[in-house]
Amino acid sequence: MASKKVDLRRFPGFLPLTYLCLFLLYAPLVIVMIYSFNDSASITRWDSLSLRWYHDVFFGVEAPKFRAATINSITIALMAATSATIVAIMAATAMLRSGRFRGKSASFALINLPLMVPEIVTAVATLIFFSAIGFTAGYLTIVLAHIVFCIPFAYLPIAARMQGIEDVYEQAAQDLYATRFQAFRLVLLPLMTPGILSGFLLAFIISLDDFIITNFVKGAGIETLPTAIYGAVRQGIKPNIMAISTLLLVVSVVFVALSYFVGRMGEKNNDETSTKGDLI
Amino acid sequence: MAADLQPKASSSTSTYAGLGIPLILPAWAIIGFFLVLPVMMMLIYSFLTKEFRGGVIWEFSLAAYDQFFFDRGLFGDELPKIEWTYITIFWRSIWQAAAATLLCLVIGFPTAWFIATRTARNRSIWLFLVTIPYWVNLLIRTISMKFLIRDNGPMNELLMASGLISEPIHIINTNLAVQLGLFYSYLPFMVLPIYAAVERYNFALSEAAADLYASRTITLTQIILPTIKPGIIAGCILVFVPSLGAFLAPDLLGGAKNFMIGSLIEEQFKGAAGNWPFGAAASMILLSLVLLVLTLYARQQTREQG
Amino acid sequence: MADQNNIAVDIRNVTKMYGAFSALEKVNLDIRDNEFFTLLGPSGCGKTTLLRTIAGFEDITQGEIVLYGQNIANLLPNERPVNTVFQQYALFPHMNVTQNVMFGLLRLGQDKTSAKFRVAEVLELVQLTKFADRMPNQLSGGQQQRVALARALAPSPKVLLLDEPLSALDLKLRQAVRLELQQIQHQTGITFVFVTHDQEEALTMSDRIAVIKGGQVQQVGSAQEVYEAPKNKFVADFIGETNLLDVRVTDLHDGKGSCILPGGVQITCPAADGAHPGPGHLSVRPERIAITSPNEGLVQGKVKRHIYLGTDMHVEVTLMDSETVTVRMQNSSQIQIPEAGQTIGLEFEADAARLLVD
Repeated sequence: MASKKVDLRRFPGFLPLTYLCLFLLYAPLVIVMIYSFNDSASITRWDSLSLRWYHDVFFGVEAPKFRAATINSITIALMAATSATIVAIMAATAMLRSGRFRGKSASFALINLPLMVPEIVTAVATLIFFSAIGFTAGYLTIVLAHIVFCIPFAYLPIAARMQGIEDVYEQAAQDLYATRFQAFRLVLLPLMTPGILSGFLLAFIISLDDFIITNFVKGAGIETLPTAIYGAVRQGIKPNIMAISTLLLVVSVVFVALSYFVGRMGEKNNDETSTKGDLI
Repeated sequence: MAADLQPKASSSTSTYAGLGIPLILPAWAIIGFFLVLPVMMMLIYSFLTKEFRGGVIWEFSLAAYDQFFFDRGLFGDELPKIEWTYITIFWRSIWQAAAATLLCLVIGFPTAWFIATRTARNRSIWLFLVTIPYWVNLLIRTISMKFLIRDNGPMNELLMASGLISEPIHIINTNLAVQLGLFYSYLPFMVLPIYAAVERYNFALSEAAADLYASRTITLTQIILPTIKPGIIAGCILVFVPSLGAFLAPDLLGGAKNFMIGSLIEEQFKGAAGNWPFGAAASMILLSLVLLVLTLYARQQTREQG
Repeated sequence: MADQNNIAVDIRNVTKMYGAFSALEKVNLDIRDNEFFTLLGPSGCGKTTLLRTIAGFEDITQGEIVLYGQNIANLLPNERPVNTVFQQYALFPHMNVTQNVMFGLLRLGQDKTSAKFRVAEVLELVQLTKFADRMPNQLSGGQQQRVALARALAPSPKVLLLDEPLSALDLKLRQAVRLELQQIQHQTGITFVFVTHDQEEALTMSDRIAVIKGGQVQQVGSAQEVYEAPKNKFVADFIGETNLLDVRVTDLHDGKGSCILPGGVQITCPAADGAHPGPGHLSVRPERIAITSPNEGLVQGKVKRHIYLGTDMHVEVTLMDSETVTVRMQNSSQIQIPEAGQTIGLEFEADAARLLVD
């Protein structure tokens, strides 16, 4: 030990704690993945390797229920993420490219408000609001509620990207006889693409992820994947849930990896702009 | 040269000058109509009379807040005493959220430090590794944690099979289980701000301290920690606030004895209790608590900058 | 009034305020047709702001900007028939060279075929034909600069605005591009308005120079005029190097003034407008001063030190009243350079000196 070079960046014990952290993060997921291939109907006893529960997910008794929930989840996430992304692009243009206007500083707080209000409170407030105005809970109420909390998640990477693009490009476009709308469509928007994609994917995942707000505002007959899974595990974890979890886990990881590489690609293609807000 | 740009940067004619209000309007409309208005409605509901089996009667009443803070006996005719049930639940939530924050800090700080001191290339890979689980559905993560730490779950079986323990370690339905669940839910919120702060930290400062005879511990406590304090505080806030109102982790991992605010509120709307004004009042109290924490944070932030 | 037709840009009483700070103060300038006109000044003097008000990126608080007889002050940038070469070029990173150069033509409504023809023409002018399909980040700094020039020239603007376009290039390249720019200006006959803080750049390229300081025009004139007949102390000091001797002005008539030098010798030399009797400054360029024996010189002093500059040698001389004067001598074996500490005389022709106001 005495010969070890003094490294001021290194503190004893930090490395083991980092490994502990990774262990805590991955052990539960890995165990569930492994047990999803268990042939046994009991979740405790390991029997043998099989794809039985994956077959059950797609063709079993509960398959239609989970299929419907998956379709709901995906269509809701698509609609919510698309709307939130459009609203976020407009908001970012207002905040970063439109100079001063009345209520600008309040706008920043407002956009981030969904992040500050606890999810359960948003859920309660939205439920009360829809019930008070006599809106029947159902598909539409879920979409509306999801748009609200997706906005800040779409806004963050989009605004970060826009901040990294100097306004000299739009000025150059205007100088070359482009109208403001052309400058936006032909120059700013293409340069924003990685940020917009990141924002969209982030909003999409956040929408897919939501349980508590959906659970409050959904109507009686409608389920999303999280609410369906929650309903199923109330009576205890069953092997088919582990198979669904594994599938969902793989999809999430693929999505995140995609978003990550899209962000990186943007960075490489365009050294003038920064992508610090991408992904996280 | 560049200095020529200086006064201009703040007041140059912006490309979309004059379009600010129409462009921000959709965000205002959606968040205003579907979040701000609902929260105000919730405030009103907390002062209404409850309707059995959910809903409200439009009649002013303080019953919800009264029920939260005071005990007037079974028939409501005794002298009011302090009602500890709900205050205890709030207190437990605060305590649990604080414990989870501490757990995140103890494990997240070294992790963030470790990542920030890698080479630029490895850093993004490590960061990616730490954030991936966050993108897996929260419900699934919580179920996975439950599956792992059950009394007869894989962890206990492995430990017993290896002979390290003879009895299963009982974690599920304890405070520790909830804290582990919250840790699992919000860890990246601790790691990322601290990582950002450490990455910006200038290690020449550590060298200067060492040069001036500071030990490693002194360097850490007197130079590094004060410099990256804003990142640590931001991380703690980002973990503490959502933990306070969390629902899934206490619900799935905590069991009946470890009830937290989230479950209390949920029960008023989805569960058997069915008391909307009381649920609205509890939500208002939770929201006030969160806004208080955020305001204190914002004030401390401006004081440090000013 | 016939002269009016030759004015490309007429800047009338333009004032630009940022809150209480005025970036431009009642600026009046006539930029002539087919002229290489330079706005020269130190950082923060308002030269870039002035250029951007012509392009339309900055609103003006007061005044008029008249382009060939039309007041353009209230038009949007895309409505003004001027184009800009930006300081960092601002090439659209997601478009290749051809697409960049074609951008303005398409916005003006040209069809693609004729636009392509024009692009080829302009790329040939800047010798970039081979790079037509490259993306901007695949080009060197000098090539990017030429694409920016081609892009701004393609729509044949009435006036081309150049915002320190050479500042990002290294010294050797900068000198080559200077000549090229001048040549392109002659070839195209387009009025160039060029912003720089580099006085050498301004002197070598411009037909006329406007020297700007603190948002105000100090002097407008040809390179020779601003160098040899500076209007005030700032212009004399900013353009080239000069010695400013404290003198007492005794008499002024017909653009000439008499003054008493430190040491008592009286001379008569050209005087700037506004010079007045009393304490004043006499500007003499270092290369116009010669060293002689103590009793032959107009002033006497002691050699303080030498500074070796390669082709030249600077000799710093301390005068009797402790002012320091710099003398520039060409380095050659024939010339004898006095030792430090030696007492010497300094002489210069009266016409090489100039009486200035602050």
